[in-house]
Formats: sequence, structure tokens, C-alpha cells
Amino acid sequence: MSWQKLMMWWFIVTDALLFAGFLASYGFTRAGSSNWPDASEVFSIPLITAMTFVLITSSAFMACAVAAAKAGDRDKLMRYLLLTLGGGATFLLMQAIEWAMAIGHGVRPWAMPDGGDHAFGAYFFLVTGFHGMHVVIGLIVLVVTLLNAINKRGSANGVEVAGLYWHFVDLVWVFIFGCYYLL
Amino acid sequence: MLDHPAPKGFLSRYVFSLDHKVIGIQYIVGAIVMGLVAAYLALLIRTQLAWSGAIQQPEDYLAIVTMHGTLMVFFVVSPLLSGLGNYLIPLHIGARDMAYPLLNMLSFWIYVLASVIMLASFLMPGGAAAGGWTAYPPLSGSESFLPGSGWGQTLWILGMALFITSFTMGGLNFLTTILNMRTKGMTLFRMPLTVWGFLVATVLALLAFPPLTAAALMLLFDRHGGTSFFMVDAVINDQLIAMGDGTPLLFQHLFWFLGHPEVYVIVLPCICLLFEVLAAFTRRPAFGYRPSIYALLCVGLLSMIVWGHHMFVTGMNPWVGKYFSIATVIITAPFAVIGVNLVASVWRARLRLATPMLFALATISAIGFGGVGGLFLGTMTSDIYFHDTYFVVGHFHLMIGTVTMLSIMAAIYFWFPKMFGKMMSEKLGKLHFWLTAPSMMAVFILMHMQGLGGMVRRTYDTSVYTYNEGANSSLTTPITILAMIAVGAQAIFLWNFFYSAFKGQPSGRNPWEASTLEWEAPSPPPHGNFGDELPIVHRGPYEYSPEGVDQDVLPQAAPDPDVASTDTEIPE
Repeated sequence: MSWQKLMMWWFIVTDALLFAGFLASYGFTRAGSSNWPDASEVFSIPLITAMTFVLITSSAFMACAVAAAKAGDRDKLMRYLLLTLGGGATFLLMQAIEWAMAIGHGVRPWAMPDGGDHAFGAYFFLVTGFHGMHVVIGLIVLVVTLLNAINKRGSANGVEVAGLYWHFVDLVWVFIFGCYYLL
Repeated sequence: MLDHPAPKGFLSRYVFSLDHKVIGIQYIVGAIVMGLVAAYLALLIRTQLAWSGAIQQPEDYLAIVTMHGTLMVFFVVSPLLSGLGNYLIPLHIGARDMAYPLLNMLSFWIYVLASVIMLASFLMPGGAAAGGWTAYPPLSGSESFLPGSGWGQTLWILGMALFITSFTMGGLNFLTTILNMRTKGMTLFRMPLTVWGFLVATVLALLAFPPLTAAALMLLFDRHGGTSFFMVDAVINDQLIAMGDGTPLLFQHLFWFLGHPEVYVIVLPCICLLFEVLAAFTRRPAFGYRPSIYALLCVGLLSMIVWGHHMFVTGMNPWVGKYFSIATVIITAPFAVIGVNLVASVWRARLRLATPMLFALATISAIGFGGVGGLFLGTMTSDIYFHDTYFVVGHFHLMIGTVTMLSIMAAIYFWFPKMFGKMMSEKLGKLHFWLTAPSMMAVFILMHMQGLGGMVRRTYDTSVYTYNEGANSSLTTPITILAMIAVGAQAIFLWNFFYSAFKGQPSGRNPWEASTLEWEAPSPPPHGNFGDELPIVHRGPYEYSPEGVDQDVLPQAAPDPDVASTDTEIPE
């Protein structure tokens, strides 16, 4: 294994523990709360499901991009990278809509409508905001990878390392989706 | 060869260097500077305690204690180990540099930035952070509780976040370098124990620090974003201060999930490097190489699941406390293996009592004493009595103050010839040792005595509480004087370090006749460490006094003696 890939794997492990810290805190607080709001009343579950679908599809495109990079097919690589980028950007857009809807409902980091637990809003903005930041960083990484491909620089290994990060960001979302919206 | 060419200008050679050796020394010098600040703070604390009432306001005292703890743990001991690790890991495993030199350089400069921000905390209105090095909310959450919890605390959080970033970058480099860059023949079970120590410590740090980052971010939002993850309403001077309905206990869980492994992050490399020093000065292999590694792995694993023993008095469910108590006592078993191996390494050996060896031997006794004290704190029943006394202060200063400092001193005296190609003065070294080690040990052992008597910690003036009078309070002034001796003696070390770096006697390649790879390189090693050919490793790290061979030591890189003898026979 190249050191770049090894380093990315370990970075993913540490970053996963950061999210684990947030999600464990969320669980700790929620388990001790007597007035936790019902997520399905605050959020539009179809929208969240669509977001999840878009993000996971972009992961699939990324896998195709890595395969194309390994095969040395530059046109295909650029096409799939663009599709991945599109998926990520769409996800962010949908997240913005979701935040706007939640804010419209009266959800705030320090307040909830109808006497719900304040922590609900606080964790919602914290966790999804932090994940959204990861998506933004992922998009920057993808743009750099794409520019490398356009300028005939970079290596298949580099694409693969960028892909690892992207898959990780998507996987974290699945956990957030599960913990926040389904449970 | 290396990706990056040899540096030409002053800036690229000594300031923004990509070379792991320069970065290592930069870290050590940076940590020494921060160490002077932290030691000065320690003396301020002790002066206040011994001649109470004369010097500081209570809130200043709390700020000084907080900053002393934070600086010592995160800005002195941790970067000293980052420095040693940076310097030693590539040389020990036969690599030309770290896996990712640019990240390595960034890691150091972010540490510098973090240090500046942390020190700037003193300049804020309200003074430096004062909520303890643990920064427990709600105390650390709002100025209404403590003046230092204003901007001072905010800078503390930012400084810590940057430090964690820097430490994570360094850790990723350590890990990939150890796993991926070993030279030919350097299998995992031929690595020196020092490298094993760094490997396990790095994995622990990478796993344990992220939840603290999460906690720091949440605390930041509680302070400036209107949330109340940790904050609760409080009554101060008969006034209700509305802060929200969060859970302060959660912060303690997140903090100690880092806090406990962090102890091992800084203690394990310190203990492991002792084996190397002991082997070189007893001329015998370190006792129980493999058992030590297995014990090390067990300690590392267990250290991740015992954090609750810092929280027995928090109102946590007693059954949870019971679990943490049992898990903590179990950790004694692998730790005892390491301790026995250390003692067995010197058992009936003929010792060469050079300065590094003296420090190594003193470290072993500090581990022994600190370890015994730990049993009383790991057991819930006794900890409830001891928790808020000087017993705790004495205990953790013995383990993460004395053990680490003495061991790092052993390491610096031992590897200084490699770093600068010069010897440190033995005479001054021994003087430094005899003034430092006994006084340091005495300070913290006497604190145990005060704690047994019930002397409460975290008070700026112990004399105002009458119940402290029976608690061996007559020891307070002697402890302060001993602490002054221990800190003052470091002037000798500083002189010895900087003077010898320029004017010391030339050391040659291998002054201690040691066996590991770094001694194959010239002193100081050139850019790329090993010349044209990387050394090839033929055996384990500590082949001193090998059986059946008429040689004092078989270095790791030396070819097999039998092969060598047949080679010489061929011409005849």
C-alpha cells in the first residue's frame, strides 16, 4: 500500500472518531431527554431520502472514476469526476433547502418550537453543518483532482486517495441519516 | 533517494526545514522554551501555597494552575516527544526522512502558532483561562463564573484546537513512516522498543484526540453560539444565571476519553526508550523484548476503556464506576510485565553509570512509586477520599511529570551526540541529575503524604480551611523549596545543552557503542541520513554480549559474524 493511501486511511479513522464523538454526545443527550421532538414532524423525510440517494449515487460515480483512472482512460475519468462533483453540489443545495425549511419551522441552535428539547436543534445544526463542511472540502479535493486530470498531471493513486475521502464523507452521512432521521 | 533536495539557504535549512532531524530539534527547542514558562508558573503556584496570601488573587492563582497544566501536558511533554520521535523514528528504522516532509514542517509551525495563541491567553481582559486544564463547563463556559472564562478561555480552546491539528499531522506521519518506510530486513519484531512505543502512542493519540476536538467545538458553540450542550443554570451569590439545560457530565466523558489515553501517549514512549538506554549501559539485551511489546499492546488497548476512573466523584452511575474501577485495576497486569522487564534488564548487570543511565534508573523508581499510588486512585472506594486531595496531584505529577521528564532527559543525554556530533559534559550532567531527580521525586512523594492527611487541592490558600491544619501542612514549605531546587537545576541542563551543542567534545559516530541503526549514520547525520546505501538489518535491536561470538555487541546492520569470517578466509 502506498504511504499516501495508508495516511488517508488513518486520517479517515481519526475523522470517523470525531463524528463518533458528536454522534455519541447526541445519543447521550437524547437518551437523557424527556421532550425529544419527533424528527419526522420537523423534517421532510422524502427530501432527506433524496439527499441520501444523491450522495450515495455520487459515491458510485467516484468508484467508476477510480476504475477509469486505473485503466488510464482520461476522458472517462473526467466525465465521472464531473458527475461526482455534480452529485456533491446537488447534495449541498438540498441541504441548504433543508436548513431553510428547519429554520422556517422555528428550529434554532438555542431553541425549539412547541417546548421541544433545545439540544435537538443544537445537534442538528452542529452535526449536519460539520458534515456539510466535509462535503465542501471533498468538492475542493475533487476539483483539484479534475484539474490534475485535465492538465494530465496526478496519478491513479491520487484519484484513489481522493475517492477514499469521498466515500468516507458519504458513509458518515449514512450514519447521520440513521441516527438523526430514522431512529 | 529523497524527494526534496538538500537545502541551500539559511531559511530552508534551519527555519522552514523539511528535514526530520531539524524539525525534531526545532520541536525540542520549542518545547524547552514553553517548559521554561510552565516551570515559572509552577514556582508561582508553589510560592503562593508556601507563603499564602502574600502574592496572588484567587482568580490569578486559578489561571496560573490552569495554564501550568495545559502547557506542561500539551505544549511541553507532548512536543518533546514529537521532537524525539521526529528525530529518532526515521533513523531507527533506516529511512531517509518522514513519509510526508511537508506535512511534518506544517505540523511544527502550527504547534508554534498554537503556542503563541495559548500564551496570548494571558493578555486577554479577565486574564488567562482559569477553568483548570480540564476546562470543565459550566466553570469554563461563561465569564459570570470566572473572569478567565472570557476571552482567555476562547483563546485556550483555539490554541488547543490548533495543537490537536498539529499533533494529528505529526501522528499521521509517525504512523505511515513506521509502517511503510522501514529499510530492508527491519521487520516489525526487529524494531527497537522506542519505535514500538511511538507506534502504540501514535495510534492512541489518533484515536483519542478527535472526541476532544468535538468537545472543544461544542464548548465553543456554548460560549459564542447560544447553544447549551454542556451549560446548566447556576446560582451565584444568590442570583440565578440562566445558561440552559445541557449536561456537564458529557463534557467530562469526552474530555477523559482523550485525557486518559493522552497519559499513555506521553508515558509509553518514555518507558519504551528506557529499554534502549538500559541495554546500552548494561551491555545486555533488554529483558523480554516480545513480552514487553505484547504488554504494550494490551496497555494501549485497555487505556482506551478506563477513562471513567477520573470521574468517580461526578455523580456518574456507581455501576459504571464499578466497571471502570475493575478495568483500571486490570491494566496493572500488563503494566507489571513492563515494570518487571525493566527491573530484570538491570538485575545483576554490570552498570555503566553515565548520565543517561542515571536518569533511566531514576525513571524506573518513579514508575514504581507512581504505579503503586495509581492503584489507590483506580479503586473507586479509596478514590472518593483521595480525589480532591494532593494525593492526586502527587500521583499524576509522578507519572506524567517525573517519569516523562526524567526519561526524556535520559533520551536527550543519550541521543545528544547523534544530534550534534558533540558530547554533553558528564560532570554537569551528573550534577544536573543529582539536583533534579531526588528533589523532583521528593516533591511529589511528599504531596502524597499531604493527600493522605486530607489536604485539599485546587485551593489558592490552604491555610484558610482549618481542616487542612492536620493534613501534614508543615510539609508545604519544604515542598516549595524542593521544587525551587528542581527547577533551578535546569539552568545547569540548559547551559550544558546549548554550550555542548557548539563547544562540546566531538563524539564520533557511536560513543555509547550501541547496536541500533541510528548509530550507523555519521553524527550528526547528513541530509538523507545514511549516505548512498541504506543499511540492511540482520537481527533484533539489542544483541549485546551475544553468545558464541567474541564481540561485545552485534549491531543491527552488521552482517552475520560467521559469514564475515568465511569472507576473510577466502583470500587464503
